[in-house]
Amino acid sequence: MDTAASYNDKVVRQFSIMVVVWGIVGMLVGVIIAAQLIWPQLNFDLPLLTYGRLRPLHTNAVIFAFGGSALFATAYYVVQRTCHVRLAFGKLAAFTFWGWQLVIVLAAITLPLGITQSKEYAELEWPIDLLITVVWVAYAIVFFGTIAKRRVKHIYVANWFYGAFIITVAVLHIFNNLAVPVSLLKSYSIYTGIVDGMMQWWYGHNAVGFFLTAGFLGMMYYFVPKQAGRPIYSYRLSVVHFWSLIAIYMWAGPHHLHYTSLPDWAQTLGMVFSIVLLAPSWGGMINGIMTLSGAWHKLRSDPILKFMIVALSFYGMSTFEGPMMSIKTVNALSHYTNWTIGHVHSGALGWVAMMTVGSIYSLLPRLYNREAMYSTRLIDVHFWTSTIGVVLYAVSMWIAGITEGLMWRAVNDDGTLTYSFVESLKAVEPYHYMRLLGGLVFFSGMIIMAYNVWKTVSDKKPVPVAVLEPA
Amino acid sequence: MPAFWHWFVAAGTILFVIWCVWLVSWSAKQGPQNVADDDVVGHKWDGDLEEWNNPAPKWWLYLYIITIAWAVAYMIAYPGLGSWDGALGWSQQGQYEAEMQAAASRYEPIYAKFAAMDFEELSQNPDANQLGKSLYASYCTTCHGSDARGAPGFPNLTDDDWLWGNSEEALTTTLKNGRSGVMPVLAPALGGDKGIDNMVSYVQSLSGIAETDADAMSAQPTFLALCSACHNADGTGNPIFGAPNLTDDIWLYGSSDEAIRTTLVQGRNGIMPAHGQLLGDHRTKILAAYVYSLAN
Repeated sequence: MDTAASYNDKVVRQFSIMVVVWGIVGMLVGVIIAAQLIWPQLNFDLPLLTYGRLRPLHTNAVIFAFGGSALFATAYYVVQRTCHVRLAFGKLAAFTFWGWQLVIVLAAITLPLGITQSKEYAELEWPIDLLITVVWVAYAIVFFGTIAKRRVKHIYVANWFYGAFIITVAVLHIFNNLAVPVSLLKSYSIYTGIVDGMMQWWYGHNAVGFFLTAGFLGMMYYFVPKQAGRPIYSYRLSVVHFWSLIAIYMWAGPHHLHYTSLPDWAQTLGMVFSIVLLAPSWGGMINGIMTLSGAWHKLRSDPILKFMIVALSFYGMSTFEGPMMSIKTVNALSHYTNWTIGHVHSGALGWVAMMTVGSIYSLLPRLYNREAMYSTRLIDVHFWTSTIGVVLYAVSMWIAGITEGLMWRAVNDDGTLTYSFVESLKAVEPYHYMRLLGGLVFFSGMIIMAYNVWKTVSDKKPVPVAVLEPA
Repeated sequence: MPAFWHWFVAAGTILFVIWCVWLVSWSAKQGPQNVADDDVVGHKWDGDLEEWNNPAPKWWLYLYIITIAWAVAYMIAYPGLGSWDGALGWSQQGQYEAEMQAAASRYEPIYAKFAAMDFEELSQNPDANQLGKSLYASYCTTCHGSDARGAPGFPNLTDDDWLWGNSEEALTTTLKNGRSGVMPVLAPALGGDKGIDNMVSYVQSLSGIAETDADAMSAQPTFLALCSACHNADGTGNPIFGAPNLTDDIWLYGSSDEAIRTTLVQGRNGIMPAHGQLLGDHRTKILAAYVYSLAN
């Protein structure tokens, strides 16, 4: 077949397989550090295995390696299918794959060595930041190049979200990482004091808002209607919630800095816009769930749809929880406790990982010229491990977080603290076990997935898929 | 805040609020549309991807409007729109000061009633000790441990061995102003590896945990020249510098060859942070008496 007449699925296949690989790596590191919180000696007195170095490795691996590969894979797949053209700039697309994998490998080397900018989710030092920038610009050129040569007039809703995610992450990454290098492995941020803090959390919260939300909403808007075989519930709802979401997320960062030296006005704006963000976030959930509505009977036979409906439910829950936690009064209790960890993971495991896993299960058979995955039964098993794992995780961290918050603020009649810090640690120890169990159960599902994926792709030779004529 | 930034922030905020309101009203104005299966928008992608155009659920639009209205009300009441101070006059700093004042008027009398009591007597008073224990749990346990027996680098408070002394004045000064116990790096002046080893042996011999052999004694002149200024010629230390007594077999950083070697090669820098501003005079006195009572 003439290559121009077929889709470029090679790069999609590459990224899709790496989703599984990095998912296992990232979650394994998560399980290890969860165990270290119970048995600190598991760092074996080696600096590179200490909690402080493995924790950023975990977050970078699950967000940027696992989540990032999923976003590259699905964005490249979706933009071709919904524009009815082959992916633009094939070589550049191949470069984004190898470039992104190089970034991940460099992260996996430098973070355990303690080479870090000390900015959460932006730990990587300046040479790697430059590489990320180059890869990301290439990603944008490939994606928008494909949009530009599309053969349908209307740009499909999934592409709005992918497009917003790509542009915004470029802006966030570049501005938060502006730094003066003093050596190959060390740089200093150009921002100082609370301005640095504000930049960091403007970046940090939008990493959640655009990387982990807008990008995955793009995924949702393609794979949910595809898998359900139903039209999107409401075009106008997608218009309203898209334009609201991308406008409002930008303001939410200061809620990470409540009751700090950040000026009152900035704290207020961070809080009120976080509250306003509730409805735009739920717009995506409503559109997804109502698209599935009418296909409920398929849930009996299709565990992929189960992944999607639970992912949307967790999306709804954590986007309700987030605005509540941004209210100063609530934040005064929840901040610095395990509640925050629970909140992050109900989003990251419940929404991001489950949407990713569902989409990859939906995608892989099509990429390898098969009717379905090797085993639907194993997808179902994976679904239950994921669901049980995330519930154990989130519930244990809620209890632990509220326990900590209440113990830290408890005051005796003489004005002294009722509990010392170590007493609060002791009180939450059982929940550390429960969290480790939840993480292990969730992680075991990824192993099942790896087996299922291996059986699906190992003996199959992919064939080129012809570009579909627009309707 | 300069006028430009005031207007920049305020106008930007208002613009985004108007943007949200406009989106909601745009959506509401579309009117109801049929939800029948065949009433799709008319676009089609990838073979079978289509869109209905159902109205957004009413409850969702109301939720959106309510949050916007709440945001506007909040920004009128509280500081947010640039340099606007908010109708309620609230500020984080103001809240902090009000809470501190309320706490002071509520708790200060509890401590103030012991202000005139003699220090020795205070350290025997059960009520004061109960307060002292609570204060200790809040401020001291992180370093000195909940049993007050310390940790490497953090003195044991129960053994009646005092780096800086245990008079009322000494303890009060320690709590209020903090202390800085510096052991300088002395290894370069000890005459190489062998010299360091000999010094380690000599220091250990002072408390009888190592034999006073010829090697150890060979370091004595160096000890008298370099160490006696702080630790005294007989090694009994000096509370003026917080220099430990080396003859009592109580060790702040450990007594092993390796620990003492590290002390000589890298020096030590012990910090007791100042607590005067946190505690105030009344609490400082009660806490000092409690710490005194731990070893007496």
